[in-house]
Amino acid sequence: MTSQQVDPHLNSQPPSGGRVVMDDVAIRRALMRIAHEVLERCEDLERLYLVAIPNGGVPLARQLARNFKQIADVDVVVGILDTTLYRDDLKIKAERPRLRETEMPSAVDGRIVILVDDVLKTGRTIRAAMDALMDFGRPSAVQVVGLVDRGHRELPIKLDYVGKNVPTQPDEEVRMSGLGGNLDGALEVVVMPGEPESSGGMR
Amino acid sequence: MIGRDLLGTEDLDRADIERILETAEHMREIGRRTIKKVPTLRGRTIVNLFFESSTRTKSSFEIAGKRLSADVINFAAASSSLKKAESILDTARNLEAMDLDAVVVRHAVAGVPKQIADVLSAPVINAGDGAHEHPTQALLDLLTVRREKGRIDGLTIAIIGDILHSRVARSNIYAFRKMGAEVRVAGPPQMLPAAIETLGVKAFTSLREAIDGVDVVMALRIQNERLSGTYLPSVREYSATYGIDREKLKFAKDDAIVMHPGPVNRGVELSHDLTDHRPGVILDQVRNGVAIRMAVLYLLSGRRQEGDPRLDLESGEEK
Repeated sequence: MTSQQVDPHLNSQPPSGGRVVMDDVAIRRALMRIAHEVLERCEDLERLYLVAIPNGGVPLARQLARNFKQIADVDVVVGILDTTLYRDDLKIKAERPRLRETEMPSAVDGRIVILVDDVLKTGRTIRAAMDALMDFGRPSAVQVVGLVDRGHRELPIKLDYVGKNVPTQPDEEVRMSGLGGNLDGALEVVVMPGEPESSGGMR
Repeated sequence: MIGRDLLGTEDLDRADIERILETAEHMREIGRRTIKKVPTLRGRTIVNLFFESSTRTKSSFEIAGKRLSADVINFAAASSSLKKAESILDTARNLEAMDLDAVVVRHAVAGVPKQIADVLSAPVINAGDGAHEHPTQALLDLLTVRREKGRIDGLTIAIIGDILHSRVARSNIYAFRKMGAEVRVAGPPQMLPAAIETLGVKAFTSLREAIDGVDVVMALRIQNERLSGTYLPSVREYSATYGIDREKLKFAKDDAIVMHPGPVNRGVELSHDLTDHRPGVILDQVRNGVAIRMAVLYLLSGRRQEGDPRLDLESGEEK
């Protein structure tokens, strides 16, 4: 990614050795392009339902909803769906992951659900999200938006809309974070060299 | 972080309590869904081992386990070898041989859950032991207060009734104190333990002084079945002096809430008009009880002892 329009503290933010693969401008452009692609493919805008996977998916889904409003003047519902209780590693990990918010404001039956996540790797989170979604009803279709596809899939899951493909090493960490310390403002995606687990942050 | 078992709130630190409350907040959402079930504990077996009768707490644990997809088995005292004088340790060893994943224990004698925990490798959750502790009740009370008041730190709580025999009081004293609340207790002098103030609470025999300016009034159940005659000569006298009604509640803050662990002896601990006036909080305690027990089962069931073969599997999930 070029960095002509970078935020002033963008370069100071990533920890040592991290490289920024998408800055805030690149993320916004990708989300605008994805919004156009979704609208182009969708036959019934009224049935769209954005479902964000926390934490990273939430600001992205909200931005997509704003883009839909701006481009096509449609109000698209944004839901939040935590996948933690549906993960497939709960049986084998001793440490219990923290739960996150789930807030599904309307029924998913008959809707075209677009799952939104920040970084896609193994596909296991999307698998869990699909299981969770089915507990809320029967969508007529489920599609997936990923801001960054970093490869290393372990399940037969593909993205319908991709912000950017970023080839990575399996042990590298790819993280979307907010420059202001939260995800409400400017965002960036950083690739960091492999390090012992536990660093985590938002992951 | 939270240990292997939950035997009492005395063993928890503030971070543990915060984590349980936060987890329970998320668990509440599952109860509002059409399909009130998540697959988290699929294939796990939880045993409700109740040596003392209980309907609410047992059902609450059972619902909590089932909402997490665990198989829940109820061992009631009347229908098992517990009646046939099998020792507690033998019972525990038998449970161990059944490869259970969690055991919920209630017993009339303090310390029994600890005894069982010492034998079992599965986590043990105390659902009330004698006059010792009832930790999930205190945790659900914390959750209820925090949802009503938005905080616990800095609040004043008055616990009214038979403090001497109450595990609910003891667990709540530890829990609310750790979360930064001021705790007062009040009751007839024979129901106040001699050294109760060493737990960091103020003791009163005057109800009016105890609830003066408090944010929360928590009435305890008078256990008629256990106390008749000896500790409580007259229920009517108790109710006249320590029963909460609207008149007495005027001494508390205007927005004070009234709580009760249930089941309420109407007209004894709480007046009829008060029970019907704002039943919301007391029913919320029940609702929060399921969420707290889901949170505790979730947080404890992830723990495996070192050397457990089930931990040696290749681990897994990433994005």
